[in-house]
Amino acid sequence: MEHAIITEGLRKRYGDTAALDGFDLRVPPGTVCGLLGPNGAGKTTAVRILATLLRVDAGRAEVAGFDVARQPDQVRYRIGLVGQHPAVDEALTGRQNLVIFGRLFHLGRAQARARAGELLDRFGLVDAGDRPVRTYSGGMRRRLDLAAGMILAPSVLFLDEPTTALDPRGRNEVWEAVRDLVRTGTTVLLTTQYLDEADQLADRICVLDAGRVVAEGTPDALKSRLGGDRIDLVVRDAGDLATAAGRLRRVATAEPDVDPDRRAVSAQVDDRAGALTEVLRALDADGVTVADVTLRRPTLDEVFLRLTGRPASTERTDDTEEVPA
Amino acid sequence: MTTTTLSAGGDLRPGRPSLVGDSLTLTRRALAQWRRDPGPLVGALAFDVLILLMFAYLFGGALQVPGGGDYREFLLPGIFAMTMLFGISQTTVAVSADAERGVTDRLRSMPVSRLAPLVGRAAADMLFAVVTLAVMLLAGLAVGWRPHGGPGATLAALGLVLLLRFALAWVGIYLGLVTKGPGAVTAVQTLEFPLGFLSSAFVAPSTMPGWLGAVAQWNPLSATVGATRELFGNPGWGGDSWVAAHHPLLAVLWPVALVAVFLPLSLRRYRALGG
Repeated sequence: MEHAIITEGLRKRYGDTAALDGFDLRVPPGTVCGLLGPNGAGKTTAVRILATLLRVDAGRAEVAGFDVARQPDQVRYRIGLVGQHPAVDEALTGRQNLVIFGRLFHLGRAQARARAGELLDRFGLVDAGDRPVRTYSGGMRRRLDLAAGMILAPSVLFLDEPTTALDPRGRNEVWEAVRDLVRTGTTVLLTTQYLDEADQLADRICVLDAGRVVAEGTPDALKSRLGGDRIDLVVRDAGDLATAAGRLRRVATAEPDVDPDRRAVSAQVDDRAGALTEVLRALDADGVTVADVTLRRPTLDEVFLRLTGRPASTERTDDTEEVPA
Repeated sequence: MTTTTLSAGGDLRPGRPSLVGDSLTLTRRALAQWRRDPGPLVGALAFDVLILLMFAYLFGGALQVPGGGDYREFLLPGIFAMTMLFGISQTTVAVSADAERGVTDRLRSMPVSRLAPLVGRAAADMLFAVVTLAVMLLAGLAVGWRPHGGPGATLAALGLVLLLRFALAWVGIYLGLVTKGPGAVTAVQTLEFPLGFLSSAFVAPSTMPGWLGAVAQWNPLSATVGATRELFGNPGWGGDSWVAAHHPLLAVLWPVALVAVFLPLSLRRYRALGG
Protein backbone atom coordinates (compact mmCIF):
# COMPACT_ATOMS: atom_id res chain seq x y z
CA MET A 1 0.00 0.00 0.00
CA GLU A 2 1.64 3.19 -1.18
CA HIS A 3 -0.62 5.57 0.71
CA ALA A 4 -2.62 5.01 3.88
CA ILE A 5 -4.99 7.86 2.96
CA ILE A 6 -5.84 9.09 -0.51
CA THR A 7 -8.41 11.71 -1.38
CA GLU A 8 -9.11 12.98 -4.87
CA GLY A 9 -11.22 16.05 -5.54
CA LEU A 10 -13.46 15.65 -2.48
CA ARG A 11 -16.40 18.03 -2.46
CA LYS A 12 -19.04 18.51 0.19
CA ARG A 13 -21.57 21.32 0.37
CA TYR A 14 -23.88 22.38 3.17
CA GLY A 15 -26.49 24.56 1.51
CA ASP A 16 -24.60 27.43 -0.08
CA THR A 17 -21.35 26.76 1.75
CA ALA A 18 -18.67 24.49 0.32
CA ALA A 19 -17.13 22.69 3.30
CA LEU A 20 -14.74 20.84 1.00
CA ASP A 21 -14.04 22.18 -2.46
CA GLY A 22 -11.67 19.88 -4.30
CA PHE A 23 -9.71 18.46 -1.38
CA ASP A 24 -6.69 16.36 -2.41
CA LEU A 25 -4.48 14.54 0.06
CA ARG A 26 -1.99 11.68 0.08
CA VAL A 27 -0.58 10.37 3.35
CA PRO A 28 2.20 7.73 3.29
CA PRO A 29 1.82 4.88 5.81
CA GLY A 30 3.41 5.33 9.21
CA THR A 31 3.51 9.12 9.05
CA VAL A 32 1.65 11.93 10.79
CA CYS A 33 -0.13 14.41 8.57
CA GLY A 34 -1.27 17.63 10.22
CA LEU A 35 -4.34 19.35 8.77
CA LEU A 36 -3.99 22.94 9.87
CA GLY A 37 -6.70 25.52 9.41
CA PRO A 38 -9.09 27.92 11.14
CA ASN A 39 -12.63 27.01 12.16
CA GLY A 40 -14.72 26.31 9.11
CA ALA A 41 -11.77 25.45 6.87
CA GLY A 42 -13.16 21.94 6.36
CA LYS A 43 -10.84 19.96 8.66
CA THR A 44 -13.60 18.18 10.57
CA THR A 45 -15.62 17.56 7.40
CA ALA A 46 -12.58 15.85 5.87
CA VAL A 47 -12.10 13.63 8.93
CA ARG A 48 -15.81 12.75 9.08
CA ILE A 49 -15.78 11.67 5.43
CA LEU A 50 -12.63 9.58 5.89
CA ALA A 51 -14.07 7.96 9.04
CA THR A 52 -17.17 6.89 7.02
CA LEU A 53 -19.48 9.23 8.97
CA LEU A 54 -20.36 11.50 6.09
CA ARG A 55 -21.09 10.97 2.40
CA VAL A 56 -19.28 13.04 -0.22
CA ASP A 57 -20.98 14.99 -3.00
CA ALA A 58 -18.12 14.32 -5.42
CA GLY A 59 -14.64 12.85 -5.44
CA ARG A 60 -13.19 9.69 -3.98
CA ALA A 61 -11.41 8.66 -0.81
CA GLU A 62 -9.46 5.56 0.19
CA VAL A 63 -8.38 4.65 3.69
CA ALA A 64 -6.08 1.69 4.40
CA GLY A 65 -6.61 0.54 0.82
CA PHE A 66 -10.44 0.55 0.88
CA ASP A 67 -12.93 2.95 -0.66
CA VAL A 68 -14.80 4.79 2.13
CA ALA A 69 -18.06 4.97 0.18
CA ARG A 70 -18.14 1.44 -1.26
CA GLN A 71 -16.42 -0.59 1.49
CA PRO A 72 -17.24 1.28 4.70
CA ASP A 73 -17.16 -1.81 6.94
CA GLN A 74 -13.67 -2.78 5.70
CA VAL A 75 -12.55 0.76 6.51
CA ARG A 76 -14.24 0.69 9.93
CA TYR A 77 -12.23 -2.37 11.03
CA ARG A 78 -9.01 -0.48 10.17
CA ILE A 79 -9.50 2.99 11.64
CA GLY A 80 -9.72 4.68 15.01
CA LEU A 81 -11.51 7.99 15.56
CA VAL A 82 -10.73 10.38 18.38
CA GLY A 83 -12.97 13.42 18.19
CA GLN A 84 -13.00 16.85 19.78
CA HIS A 85 -14.64 15.63 22.98
CA PRO A 86 -13.81 12.35 24.74
CA ALA A 87 -16.45 9.89 23.49
CA VAL A 88 -16.52 7.78 26.64
CA ASP A 89 -19.08 7.06 29.36
CA GLU A 90 -18.56 9.26 32.39
CA ALA A 91 -20.37 6.90 34.74
CA LEU A 92 -18.41 3.78 33.73
CA THR A 93 -14.84 2.95 34.64
CA GLY A 94 -12.05 3.28 32.10
CA ARG A 95 -11.83 -0.50 31.91
CA GLN A 96 -15.59 -0.94 31.37
CA ASN A 97 -15.48 1.58 28.54
CA LEU A 98 -12.66 -0.26 26.78
CA VAL A 99 -14.25 -3.70 27.23
CA ILE A 100 -17.54 -2.45 25.76
CA PHE A 101 -15.80 -0.92 22.74
CA GLY A 102 -13.77 -4.11 22.34
CA ARG A 103 -16.99 -6.16 22.33
CA LEU A 104 -18.43 -3.77 19.74
CA PHE A 105 -15.39 -4.46 17.56
CA HIS A 106 -16.51 -8.09 17.96
CA LEU A 107 -13.66 -9.32 20.09
CA GLY A 108 -14.53 -12.31 22.26
CA ARG A 109 -15.22 -11.61 25.94
CA ALA A 110 -11.80 -12.78 27.15
CA GLN A 111 -9.96 -11.02 24.35
CA ALA A 112 -11.84 -7.75 24.94
CA ARG A 113 -10.84 -7.91 28.63
CA ALA A 114 -7.22 -8.70 27.84
CA ARG A 115 -7.07 -5.90 25.29
CA ALA A 116 -8.59 -3.41 27.76
CA GLY A 117 -5.89 -4.30 30.29
CA GLU A 118 -3.17 -3.96 27.68
CA LEU A 119 -4.40 -0.53 26.58
CA LEU A 120 -4.79 0.79 30.14
CA ASP A 121 -1.20 -0.21 30.71
CA ARG A 122 -0.09 1.29 27.42
CA PHE A 123 -1.71 4.66 28.13
CA GLY A 124 -0.63 4.89 31.75
CA LEU A 125 -4.13 4.37 33.17
CA VAL A 126 -3.65 1.15 35.13
CA ASP A 127 -4.16 2.79 38.52
CA ALA A 128 -7.23 4.71 37.32
CA GLY A 129 -8.65 1.81 35.29
CA ASP A 130 -11.27 0.81 37.83
CA ARG A 131 -12.40 4.32 38.72
CA PRO A 132 -15.35 6.03 37.01
CA VAL A 133 -14.22 8.28 34.16
CA ARG A 134 -15.85 11.29 35.81
CA THR A 135 -13.00 11.27 38.35
CA TYR A 136 -10.37 11.58 35.55
CA SER A 137 -8.43 14.72 34.61
CA GLY A 138 -8.84 16.15 31.10
CA GLY A 139 -5.58 14.59 29.95
CA MET A 140 -6.56 11.17 31.36
CA ARG A 141 -9.91 11.31 29.55
CA ARG A 142 -8.19 12.07 26.26
CA ARG A 143 -5.75 9.21 26.82
CA LEU A 144 -8.66 6.85 27.51
CA ASP A 145 -10.30 8.17 24.36
CA LEU A 146 -7.11 7.45 22.43
CA ALA A 147 -7.04 3.95 23.92
CA ALA A 148 -10.65 3.42 22.77
CA GLY A 149 -9.59 4.46 19.27
CA MET A 150 -6.75 1.93 19.36
CA ILE A 151 -8.70 -1.22 20.29
CA LEU A 152 -8.01 -3.07 17.03
CA ALA A 153 -4.57 -1.44 16.64
CA PRO A 154 -5.92 0.33 13.56
CA SER A 155 -3.58 1.17 10.72
CA VAL A 156 -5.05 4.68 10.45
CA LEU A 157 -5.98 6.92 13.37
CA PHE A 158 -7.95 10.16 13.01
CA LEU A 159 -7.34 12.77 15.67
CA ASP A 160 -9.75 15.70 15.37
CA GLU A 161 -8.37 18.57 17.46
CA PRO A 162 -7.25 16.15 20.18
CA THR A 163 -6.01 18.77 22.64
CA THR A 164 -8.88 21.27 22.45
CA ALA A 165 -9.73 22.54 25.95
CA LEU A 166 -6.75 20.81 27.58
CA ASP A 167 -4.30 22.58 29.88
CA PRO A 168 -0.60 22.50 28.89
CA ARG A 169 0.02 19.43 31.02
CA GLY A 170 -2.86 17.49 29.48
CA ARG A 171 -1.70 18.59 26.05
CA ASN A 172 1.78 17.21 26.69
CA GLU A 173 0.31 13.92 27.93
CA VAL A 174 -1.67 13.54 24.71
CA TRP A 175 1.28 14.50 22.51
CA GLU A 176 3.44 11.93 24.27
CA ALA A 177 0.79 9.23 23.72
CA VAL A 178 0.45 10.13 20.03
CA ARG A 179 4.23 9.97 19.51
CA ASP A 180 4.22 6.50 21.08
CA LEU A 181 1.50 5.33 18.67
CA VAL A 182 3.38 6.58 15.67
CA ARG A 183 6.43 4.62 16.75
CA THR A 184 4.38 1.43 16.39
CA GLY A 185 3.62 2.25 12.75
CA THR A 186 0.16 3.82 12.95
CA THR A 187 -0.66 6.44 10.31
CA VAL A 188 -2.16 9.53 11.93
CA LEU A 189 -4.26 12.29 10.41
CA LEU A 190 -4.34 15.12 12.91
CA THR A 191 -6.46 18.25 12.64
CA THR A 192 -5.51 21.27 14.66
CA GLN A 193 -5.85 25.03 14.91
CA TYR A 194 -2.49 25.31 16.63
CA LEU A 195 0.69 25.77 14.64
CA ASP A 196 2.84 24.47 17.48
CA GLU A 197 0.77 21.29 17.79
CA ALA A 198 1.24 20.49 14.10
CA ASP A 199 4.91 21.42 14.49
CA GLN A 200 5.31 19.05 17.46
CA LEU A 201 3.66 16.00 15.91
CA ALA A 202 3.42 16.15 12.15
CA ASP A 203 5.84 14.90 9.50
CA ARG A 204 3.99 16.99 6.95
CA ILE A 205 1.51 19.82 7.37
CA CYS A 206 -1.34 20.63 5.01
CA VAL A 207 -2.79 24.09 5.42
CA LEU A 208 -6.51 24.02 4.67
CA ASP A 209 -8.50 27.08 3.69
CA ALA A 210 -12.13 27.15 2.55
CA GLY A 211 -12.17 23.44 1.79
CA ARG A 212 -8.91 23.01 -0.08
CA VAL A 213 -5.20 22.61 0.58
CA VAL A 214 -3.46 25.96 0.08
CA ALA A 215 0.03 24.91 1.17
CA GLU A 216 1.77 21.79 2.27
CA GLY A 217 5.22 20.74 3.34
CA THR A 218 7.33 19.69 6.28
CA PRO A 219 6.99 21.85 9.40
CA ASP A 220 10.50 23.23 8.84
CA ALA A 221 9.79 24.17 5.25
CA LEU A 222 6.57 25.89 6.23
CA LYS A 223 8.15 27.71 9.12
CA SER A 224 11.05 29.03 7.10
CA ARG A 225 8.53 30.21 4.56
CA LEU A 226 6.45 31.89 7.22
CA GLY A 227 9.43 33.45 8.95
CA GLY A 228 10.14 32.84 12.60
CA ASP A 229 8.78 34.55 15.67
CA ARG A 230 7.41 38.05 15.78
CA ILE A 231 8.17 41.12 17.84
CA ASP A 232 5.21 43.36 18.66
CA LEU A 233 6.04 46.87 19.85
CA VAL A 234 3.66 49.54 21.12
CA VAL A 235 5.08 53.09 21.51
CA ARG A 236 3.69 55.67 23.91
CA ASP A 237 3.72 58.58 21.46
CA ALA A 238 2.29 58.21 17.98
CA GLY A 239 5.07 60.47 16.68
CA ASP A 240 7.64 57.79 17.50
CA LEU A 241 5.96 55.17 15.33
CA ALA A 242 8.14 55.80 12.27
CA THR A 243 11.32 55.62 14.33
CA ALA A 244 10.22 52.34 15.91
CA ALA A 245 9.35 50.88 12.51
CA GLY A 246 12.78 51.92 11.23
CA ARG A 247 14.59 50.27 14.12
CA LEU A 248 12.53 47.11 13.79
CA ARG A 249 13.14 46.97 10.05
CA ARG A 250 16.87 46.48 10.66
CA VAL A 251 16.42 43.22 12.57
CA ALA A 252 13.31 41.97 10.76
CA THR A 253 13.20 39.39 7.99
CA ALA A 254 10.28 41.16 6.28
CA GLU A 255 8.77 44.64 6.12
CA PRO A 256 7.19 45.50 9.51
CA ASP A 257 3.41 45.95 9.76
CA VAL A 258 2.46 49.34 11.22
CA ASP A 259 -0.87 49.88 12.97
CA PRO A 260 -1.24 53.64 13.69
CA ASP A 261 -4.50 53.18 15.64
CA ARG A 262 -2.83 51.01 18.23
CA ARG A 263 0.56 52.81 17.86
CA ALA A 264 1.94 49.32 17.18
CA VAL A 265 4.66 47.88 14.95
CA SER A 266 5.03 44.16 14.32
CA ALA A 267 7.67 42.22 12.41
CA GLN A 268 9.14 38.75 11.94
CA VAL A 269 12.62 38.11 13.29
CA ASP A 270 15.04 35.20 13.11
CA ASP A 271 17.23 35.73 16.15
CA ARG A 272 14.61 36.06 18.87
CA ALA A 273 16.36 37.41 21.95
CA GLY A 274 19.17 39.12 20.00
CA ALA A 275 16.75 41.08 17.85
CA LEU A 276 14.65 42.06 20.83
CA THR A 277 17.67 43.33 22.79
CA GLU A 278 18.98 45.27 19.81
CA VAL A 279 15.68 46.99 19.08
CA LEU A 280 15.06 47.98 22.67
CA ARG A 281 18.61 49.34 23.11
CA ALA A 282 18.32 51.36 19.91
CA LEU A 283 14.93 52.81 20.86
CA ASP A 284 16.20 53.65 24.32
CA ALA A 285 19.10 55.56 22.75
CA ASP A 286 16.59 57.36 20.47
CA GLY A 287 14.62 58.39 23.54
CA VAL A 288 11.50 56.52 22.37
CA THR A 289 9.26 55.26 25.20
CA VAL A 290 8.05 51.71 24.57
CA ALA A 291 4.64 51.09 26.18
CA ASP A 292 4.53 47.37 25.51
CA VAL A 293 6.66 44.69 23.89
CA THR A 294 5.97 41.02 23.09
CA LEU A 295 7.96 38.22 21.50
CA ARG A 296 5.64 35.53 20.13
CA ARG A 297 4.99 32.79 17.56
CA PRO A 298 3.03 33.77 14.46
CA THR A 299 -0.71 33.24 14.89
CA LEU A 300 -2.78 31.15 12.53
CA ASP A 301 -4.13 34.41 11.07
CA GLU A 302 -0.63 35.56 10.19
CA VAL A 303 0.16 32.17 8.68
CA PHE A 304 -2.89 32.57 6.51
CA LEU A 305 -2.09 36.11 5.62
CA ARG A 306 1.36 34.99 4.54
CA LEU A 307 0.12 31.98 2.58
CA THR A 308 -2.98 33.41 0.99
CA GLY A 309 -2.37 37.15 1.12
CA ARG A 310 -5.57 37.70 3.12
CA PRO A 311 -7.01 36.94 6.55
CA ALA A 312 -8.26 33.46 7.42
CA SER A 313 -11.99 34.07 7.16
CA THR A 314 -12.59 35.66 3.73
CA GLU A 315 -13.31 33.81 0.52
CA ARG A 316 -10.82 31.48 -1.05
CA THR A 317 -8.27 31.89 -3.81
CA ASP A 318 -7.68 29.22 -6.39
CA ASP A 319 -3.95 28.73 -6.25
CA THR A 320 -2.57 25.74 -4.40
CA GLU A 321 1.09 26.08 -3.65
CA GLU A 322 3.54 23.34 -2.92
CA VAL A 323 6.26 24.27 -0.45
CA PRO A 324 9.52 22.52 -1.32
CA ALA A 325 10.63 20.23 1.49
CA MET B 1 3.56 5.64 30.35
CA THR B 2 5.13 2.19 30.16
CA THR B 3 7.32 0.82 27.42
CA THR B 4 5.14 -2.20 26.63
CA THR B 5 4.85 -2.46 22.88
CA LEU B 6 1.40 -2.37 21.42
CA SER B 7 0.57 -5.55 19.56
CA ALA B 8 0.19 -4.82 15.87
CA GLY B 9 -3.31 -6.29 15.87
CA GLY B 10 -2.29 -9.51 14.14
CA ASP B 11 -3.43 -11.63 17.10
CA LEU B 12 -6.76 -9.83 17.42
CA ARG B 13 -9.47 -11.76 15.63
CA PRO B 14 -12.58 -9.60 15.42
CA GLY B 15 -15.85 -11.23 14.37
CA ARG B 16 -18.49 -9.79 12.04
CA PRO B 17 -21.13 -7.17 12.89
CA SER B 18 -24.32 -8.74 14.26
CA LEU B 19 -27.59 -7.01 15.12
CA VAL B 20 -28.38 -9.27 18.07
CA GLY B 21 -24.85 -9.38 19.48
CA ASP B 22 -24.20 -5.64 19.10
CA SER B 23 -27.64 -4.75 20.52
CA LEU B 24 -27.02 -6.97 23.56
CA THR B 25 -23.64 -5.31 24.17
CA LEU B 26 -25.26 -1.87 24.02
CA THR B 27 -28.13 -2.93 26.30
CA ARG B 28 -25.53 -4.19 28.80
CA ARG B 29 -23.77 -0.84 28.50
CA ALA B 30 -26.97 0.98 29.50
CA LEU B 31 -27.47 -1.40 32.44
CA ALA B 32 -23.86 -0.83 33.56
CA GLN B 33 -24.44 2.94 33.43
CA TRP B 34 -27.54 2.56 35.62
CA ARG B 35 -25.71 0.37 38.12
CA ARG B 36 -22.94 2.97 38.43
CA ASP B 37 -25.30 5.92 38.51
CA PRO B 38 -28.77 4.89 39.72
CA GLY B 39 -29.78 8.41 40.86
CA PRO B 40 -31.83 9.45 37.80
CA LEU B 41 -33.75 6.15 37.83
CA VAL B 42 -34.61 6.39 41.51
CA GLY B 43 -35.66 10.00 40.87
CA ALA B 44 -37.91 8.96 37.98
CA LEU B 45 -39.59 6.27 40.10
CA ALA B 46 -40.09 8.69 43.00
CA PHE B 47 -41.65 11.18 40.58
CA ASP B 48 -44.07 8.56 39.24
CA VAL B 49 -45.16 7.61 42.76
CA LEU B 50 -45.56 11.28 43.65
CA ILE B 51 -47.91 11.86 40.68
CA LEU B 52 -49.93 8.85 41.81
CA LEU B 53 -50.19 10.19 45.37
CA MET B 54 -51.10 13.68 44.15
CA PHE B 55 -53.99 12.43 42.09
CA ALA B 56 -55.09 9.80 44.58
CA TYR B 57 -55.16 12.11 47.62
CA LEU B 58 -54.94 15.77 46.48
CA PHE B 59 -57.12 16.04 43.38
CA GLY B 60 -58.91 12.72 43.60
CA GLY B 61 -61.44 13.91 46.18
CA ALA B 62 -62.66 16.60 43.81
CA LEU B 63 -62.86 14.38 40.73
CA GLN B 64 -65.93 12.40 39.75
CA VAL B 65 -65.98 9.18 37.78
CA PRO B 66 -68.89 9.44 35.29
CA GLY B 67 -71.39 6.73 36.07
CA GLY B 68 -70.00 6.38 39.58
CA GLY B 69 -67.16 4.26 40.88
CA ASP B 70 -64.07 4.75 42.97
CA TYR B 71 -61.67 7.40 41.58
CA ARG B 72 -58.55 5.44 42.53
CA GLU B 73 -59.85 2.42 40.63
CA PHE B 74 -60.39 4.74 37.66
CA LEU B 75 -57.04 6.46 38.15
CA LEU B 76 -54.50 3.61 38.23
CA PRO B 77 -54.76 2.45 34.59
CA GLY B 78 -54.26 6.12 33.68
CA ILE B 79 -51.20 6.32 35.94
CA PHE B 80 -49.66 3.19 34.41
CA ALA B 81 -49.92 4.66 30.90
CA MET B 82 -48.73 8.07 32.10
CA THR B 83 -45.52 6.60 33.60
CA MET B 84 -44.87 4.93 30.24
CA LEU B 85 -45.29 8.34 28.58
CA PHE B 86 -42.77 9.89 31.00
CA GLY B 87 -40.31 7.30 29.68
CA ILE B 88 -40.06 9.21 26.37
CA SER B 89 -37.80 11.86 27.83
CA GLN B 90 -35.63 9.22 29.50
CA THR B 91 -35.04 7.67 26.08
CA THR B 92 -34.56 11.04 24.41
CA VAL B 93 -32.05 12.18 27.04
CA ALA B 94 -29.96 9.02 26.65
CA VAL B 95 -29.94 9.14 22.85
CA SER B 96 -29.13 12.84 22.63
CA ALA B 97 -26.43 12.56 25.33
CA ASP B 98 -24.64 9.89 23.26
CA ALA B 99 -24.81 12.12 20.20
CA GLU B 100 -23.64 15.16 22.17
CA ARG B 101 -20.59 13.43 23.64
CA GLY B 102 -19.47 11.91 20.36
CA VAL B 103 -20.28 8.33 21.40
CA THR B 104 -22.73 8.05 18.50
CA ASP B 105 -20.04 9.19 16.04
CA ARG B 106 -17.59 6.68 17.47
CA LEU B 107 -20.15 3.87 17.13
CA ARG B 108 -20.89 4.95 13.56
CA SER B 109 -17.16 4.88 12.74
CA MET B 110 -17.00 1.30 14.06
CA PRO B 111 -18.19 -1.89 12.32
CA VAL B 112 -21.33 -1.94 14.50
CA SER B 113 -24.73 -2.95 13.07
CA ARG B 114 -26.54 0.32 12.19
CA LEU B 115 -29.75 -0.67 13.99
CA ALA B 116 -27.99 -2.01 17.11
CA PRO B 117 -27.53 1.27 19.04
CA LEU B 118 -31.26 1.97 18.62
CA VAL B 119 -32.43 -1.55 19.46
CA GLY B 120 -30.01 -1.68 22.41
CA ARG B 121 -31.49 1.57 23.73
CA ALA B 122 -35.09 0.38 23.28
CA ALA B 123 -34.32 -2.94 24.99
CA ALA B 124 -32.69 -1.26 28.00
CA ASP B 125 -35.60 1.16 28.35
CA MET B 126 -38.07 -1.74 28.18
CA LEU B 127 -36.25 -3.43 31.06
CA PHE B 128 -36.61 -0.27 33.12
CA ALA B 129 -40.26 0.01 32.05
CA VAL B 130 -40.90 -3.45 33.56
CA VAL B 131 -39.33 -2.27 36.83
CA THR B 132 -41.38 0.95 36.71
CA LEU B 133 -44.59 -0.95 36.09
CA ALA B 134 -43.85 -3.35 38.97
CA VAL B 135 -43.28 -0.44 41.36
CA MET B 136 -46.47 1.29 40.20
CA LEU B 137 -48.49 -1.93 40.59
CA LEU B 138 -47.32 -2.20 44.20
CA ALA B 139 -48.01 1.48 44.80
CA GLY B 140 -51.47 1.03 43.26
CA LEU B 141 -52.25 -1.93 45.49
CA ALA B 142 -51.07 0.15 48.47
CA VAL B 143 -53.58 2.94 47.72
CA GLY B 144 -56.42 0.48 47.36
CA TRP B 145 -56.54 -0.21 43.60
CA ARG B 146 -57.35 -3.82 42.61
CA PRO B 147 -57.46 -5.69 39.30
CA HIS B 148 -60.79 -7.50 39.07
CA GLY B 149 -60.28 -9.48 35.85
CA GLY B 150 -58.73 -12.93 35.77
CA PRO B 151 -54.95 -13.51 35.62
CA GLY B 152 -55.13 -13.71 31.83
CA ALA B 153 -56.90 -10.36 31.49
CA THR B 154 -54.51 -8.76 33.99
CA LEU B 155 -51.47 -10.01 32.06
CA ALA B 156 -52.99 -8.81 28.80
CA ALA B 157 -53.51 -5.36 30.32
CA LEU B 158 -49.89 -5.20 31.50
CA GLY B 159 -48.80 -6.34 28.03
CA LEU B 160 -50.72 -3.43 26.45
CA VAL B 161 -49.06 -0.97 28.82
CA LEU B 162 -45.62 -2.27 27.86
CA LEU B 163 -46.55 -2.27 24.17
CA LEU B 164 -47.32 1.44 24.53
CA ARG B 165 -43.92 1.99 26.15
CA PHE B 166 -42.20 0.13 23.31
CA ALA B 167 -43.89 2.39 20.75
CA LEU B 168 -42.98 5.49 22.78
CA ALA B 169 -39.35 4.30 22.98
CA TRP B 170 -39.11 4.69 19.19
CA VAL B 171 -40.72 8.11 19.40
CA GLY B 172 -38.12 9.00 22.06
CA ILE B 173 -35.23 7.61 20.01
CA TYR B 174 -36.31 9.63 16.99
CA LEU B 175 -36.65 12.80 19.06
CA GLY B 176 -33.23 12.16 20.59
CA LEU B 177 -31.70 11.87 17.12
CA VAL B 178 -33.29 15.04 15.72
CA THR B 179 -33.05 17.34 18.76
CA LYS B 180 -29.85 19.06 19.76
CA GLY B 181 -28.84 20.31 23.17
CA PRO B 182 -30.44 20.27 26.61
CA GLY B 183 -33.05 22.88 25.63
CA ALA B 184 -34.68 20.52 23.16
CA VAL B 185 -34.74 17.74 25.74
CA THR B 186 -36.46 20.08 28.19
CA ALA B 187 -39.04 20.84 25.49
CA VAL B 188 -39.75 17.11 25.13
CA GLN B 189 -40.13 16.79 28.91
CA THR B 190 -42.47 19.79 29.01
CA LEU B 191 -44.63 18.44 26.20
CA GLU B 192 -45.19 15.16 28.03
CA PHE B 193 -47.55 16.84 30.47
CA PRO B 194 -50.13 18.32 28.08
CA LEU B 195 -49.88 15.14 26.00
CA GLY B 196 -50.57 13.02 29.03
CA PHE B 197 -53.31 15.23 30.48
CA LEU B 198 -55.05 15.58 27.11
CA SER B 199 -56.33 12.01 27.42
CA SER B 200 -58.74 9.95 29.44
CA ALA B 201 -55.98 9.08 31.96
CA PHE B 202 -57.16 11.42 34.77
CA VAL B 203 -60.55 12.79 33.73
CA ALA B 204 -63.34 11.79 31.36
CA PRO B 205 -63.11 13.41 27.90
CA SER B 206 -66.88 13.98 28.21
CA THR B 207 -66.15 16.72 30.78
CA MET B 208 -63.94 18.65 28.29
CA PRO B 209 -65.11 21.14 25.61
CA GLY B 210 -66.33 19.14 22.58
CA TRP B 211 -63.35 19.43 20.22
CA LEU B 212 -60.83 18.98 23.04
CA GLY B 213 -62.66 15.90 24.24
CA ALA B 214 -62.47 14.45 20.72
CA VAL B 215 -58.71 15.02 20.60
CA ALA B 216 -58.35 13.43 24.02
CA GLN B 217 -60.32 10.38 22.92
CA TRP B 218 -58.09 9.87 19.90
CA ASN B 219 -54.92 10.22 22.00
CA PRO B 220 -53.05 6.87 21.78
CA LEU B 221 -52.70 7.03 25.57
CA SER B 222 -56.53 6.99 25.91
CA ALA B 223 -56.74 3.80 23.85
CA THR B 224 -54.33 1.96 26.18
CA VAL B 225 -55.98 3.45 29.29
CA GLY B 226 -59.49 2.52 28.10
CA ALA B 227 -58.49 -1.01 27.12
CA THR B 228 -56.64 -1.69 30.38
CA ARG B 229 -59.58 -0.34 32.44
CA GLU B 230 -61.76 -2.92 30.72
CA LEU B 231 -59.21 -5.72 31.24
CA PHE B 232 -58.58 -4.83 34.91
CA GLY B 233 -62.35 -4.54 35.47
CA ASN B 234 -61.92 -0.94 36.67
CA PRO B 235 -64.56 1.73 36.01
CA GLY B 236 -64.26 3.56 32.69
CA TRP B 237 -65.61 6.97 31.71
CA GLY B 238 -68.48 5.56 29.68
CA GLY B 239 -68.54 7.31 26.35
CA ASP B 240 -70.57 6.14 23.39
CA SER B 241 -68.28 7.20 20.54
CA TRP B 242 -66.73 4.76 18.07
CA VAL B 243 -63.32 5.30 19.67
CA ALA B 244 -64.65 4.54 23.14
CA ALA B 245 -66.20 1.32 21.85
CA HIS B 246 -62.95 0.09 20.27
CA HIS B 247 -60.33 0.70 22.97
CA PRO B 248 -58.71 -2.79 22.80
CA LEU B 249 -58.34 -2.63 19.02
CA LEU B 250 -56.88 0.88 19.13
CA ALA B 251 -54.60 -0.04 22.04
CA VAL B 252 -52.89 -2.47 19.65
CA LEU B 253 -53.17 -0.47 16.42
CA TRP B 254 -51.82 2.81 17.78
CA PRO B 255 -48.52 1.40 19.11
CA VAL B 256 -48.02 -0.73 16.00
CA ALA B 257 -48.56 2.35 13.83
CA LEU B 258 -46.14 4.43 15.93
CA VAL B 259 -43.42 1.77 15.63
CA ALA B 260 -44.09 1.42 11.89
CA VAL B 261 -43.50 5.15 11.48
CA PHE B 262 -40.78 5.95 14.01
CA LEU B 263 -38.54 2.89 13.71
CA PRO B 264 -37.76 3.43 10.00
CA LEU B 265 -37.55 7.20 10.54
CA SER B 266 -35.06 6.68 13.38
CA LEU B 267 -32.93 4.27 11.36
CA ARG B 268 -32.88 6.64 8.40
CA ARG B 269 -31.95 9.52 10.63
CA TYR B 270 -29.20 7.50 12.33
CA ARG B 271 -27.64 6.47 9.01
CA ALA B 272 -27.68 10.05 7.75
CA LEU B 273 -26.51 11.76 10.97
CA GLY B 274 -24.38 14.79 10.25
CA GLY B 275 -25.58 15.05 6.62
